[in-house]
Amino acid sequence: MTALVTLRNVTKSYVRGKQKVEVLHGVDLQIAAGEFLALMGPSGSGKTTTLNLIAGLDQPTSGEVVVGNDRIDKLSRGALADWRARNIGFIFQFYNLLPVLSADANVEVPLLLTNLSRAQRKQRVKTVMELVGLSDRGSHKPNELSGGQQQRVAIARAIVADPTLLVCDEPTGDLDRQNAEEIMNLLKALNRSQGKTIVMVTHDPRAAEYASRELHLDKGKLANEEVRHVA
Amino acid sequence: MKYFPLIWAGLWRKRTRTIFTMVKIVVAFLLFGLLQGINQGFGTVLRDLNVDRLYVSAKTNMTDGLPIAYANQIRAVPGVRALSHWTYFGGYYQDSHNPLPAFATDPEGLFQVYREIKVKPEYVEAMKKTRTGVLISDSLAKKYHWKIGDRIPVGTSIWTNKEGSNTWFFDVVGTMDLSATGGGFPGFYINHSFFQEAAAFGNGVVHYYLVGLNDPKQATQVAKTIDAMFANSSNETRTQTESELAQMQLKQIGDINFIVNAIVGAVLFTLLFLTANTMMQSVRERTSELAVLKTLGFSDTKVLTLVLIEALLLCLFAAFVGLALASLVFPVLKPIFGNFKMPMIVVSMGAGMALLLALVSGFPPAWRAKRLNIVDALAGR
Repeated sequence: MTALVTLRNVTKSYVRGKQKVEVLHGVDLQIAAGEFLALMGPSGSGKTTTLNLIAGLDQPTSGEVVVGNDRIDKLSRGALADWRARNIGFIFQFYNLLPVLSADANVEVPLLLTNLSRAQRKQRVKTVMELVGLSDRGSHKPNELSGGQQQRVAIARAIVADPTLLVCDEPTGDLDRQNAEEIMNLLKALNRSQGKTIVMVTHDPRAAEYASRELHLDKGKLANEEVRHVA
Repeated sequence: MKYFPLIWAGLWRKRTRTIFTMVKIVVAFLLFGLLQGINQGFGTVLRDLNVDRLYVSAKTNMTDGLPIAYANQIRAVPGVRALSHWTYFGGYYQDSHNPLPAFATDPEGLFQVYREIKVKPEYVEAMKKTRTGVLISDSLAKKYHWKIGDRIPVGTSIWTNKEGSNTWFFDVVGTMDLSATGGGFPGFYINHSFFQEAAAFGNGVVHYYLVGLNDPKQATQVAKTIDAMFANSSNETRTQTESELAQMQLKQIGDINFIVNAIVGAVLFTLLFLTANTMMQSVRERTSELAVLKTLGFSDTKVLTLVLIEALLLCLFAAFVGLALASLVFPVLKPIFGNFKMPMIVVSMGAGMALLLALVSGFPPAWRAKRLNIVDALAGR
């Protein structure tokens, strides 16, 4: 098994006011290429912090973060931004679409950072919008779409630049059960058919069941692990 | 260019606020364009004024007047091509709300000095033959629907006639085309000889001698000669070129340059804060959206640039509209200021001011966007 993501003895502290708070205490973690990992744990356990470090949104206080062949804890802010554009797709709990842009334009945003022509960008957007089942909603603004549809647009935006790794922070946290199931099935399909490595933070045990592995964090440390062989 | 839809959409995120901000900038640059345009226009007009004409008035004050007897002596000065004179009549038509730019003059000499005035010779002849005759500009004729043969009652608060009345009657004998003389040129001329006979006082006096020169290069020399000729007399003279006279008259209104710069400076300074506040508010509202852009891989510099371009678009577009409106207003002001046009220097200055406004007001929010921490912004901190 080839590790796509490796965290070695990672710690992370924040300074809040006059207090220094250590959120992660020496986390060691490996995520294989093509894996679908669910990170679970109570609030404040360090799930989102771990996700942010893997996604290059934040830097560890100490330890190593390796994604692919890159030591991303060593990259500058500028280099990290460039790295994120090439390697990471993000899916947020509250979709975080740009309200002033249409669904198609939202999906196109990551492609603006590439050298693709306008026609190539449009073609890619069309393809992923079909993949998430929203090809007829491309001209709609986010506020004209349901929560489930907005999350599909967010997934389309996450995969449009063909990243190595998808990171999802509570992707079903704002959805009803039916929409949550649809989104999880979509993520599972992306993992299975397109081989996307997915790291998902969730509180929802039903969502975690779609993952091939569950990791539990508690008070900034990995608590236990459950490996599942999904059919 | 590929980022344009993103920037444009950001600009119109709060449509009403953007429109109001634009309106403020448009009005400010309309004011800037008009005031600077008029200021520059005055300068251009002053530069373009004829230097082959001299104005001779009493050294103490124009209203003190000069003896009509000076005419022959001035005419005899070497370099003088033609001579006429003006005496301010300052009347009004029907009531004082309709002032008339009326002067008593020697019509024949006047048109030799002002060769750019277009008038038919038969009208000048008719003026000479009609003691109560008056030559009026085309614009006055049009304004009051006067035509040749009309008898016009003209009131004056200055001159009483020998009948003891302040109402004078004049007969329209001809019209003049003053389009080549610029705005504000007097357009109502009565015979000085009739005025002298009919006025109860002020006989034998003129307010200005108008001197036409053979060669503009002789202006200084001729002026010195005229003033020297009457030095130490009871009626000393002050001889000025047309440009000097206009500058002196403008200074009586005030230092236009200073007033214009002070107003424009105050307006733009206020605008700077308004625009900066709008941009800052706009960036503050978009904190999470800017964080998402950074999450997707937009670098700090790219986000800074996007916000700055947004400020540039807002300011430059609105400034362009303001300046364009100002240039459209100039033809409307033609009767007041003459044939002014928006000088290119004002357009360039306006573009420079808009650029400066955009950079100064856009930079603080752009810097804030650049410094935005993704994790904190996404967590709403």
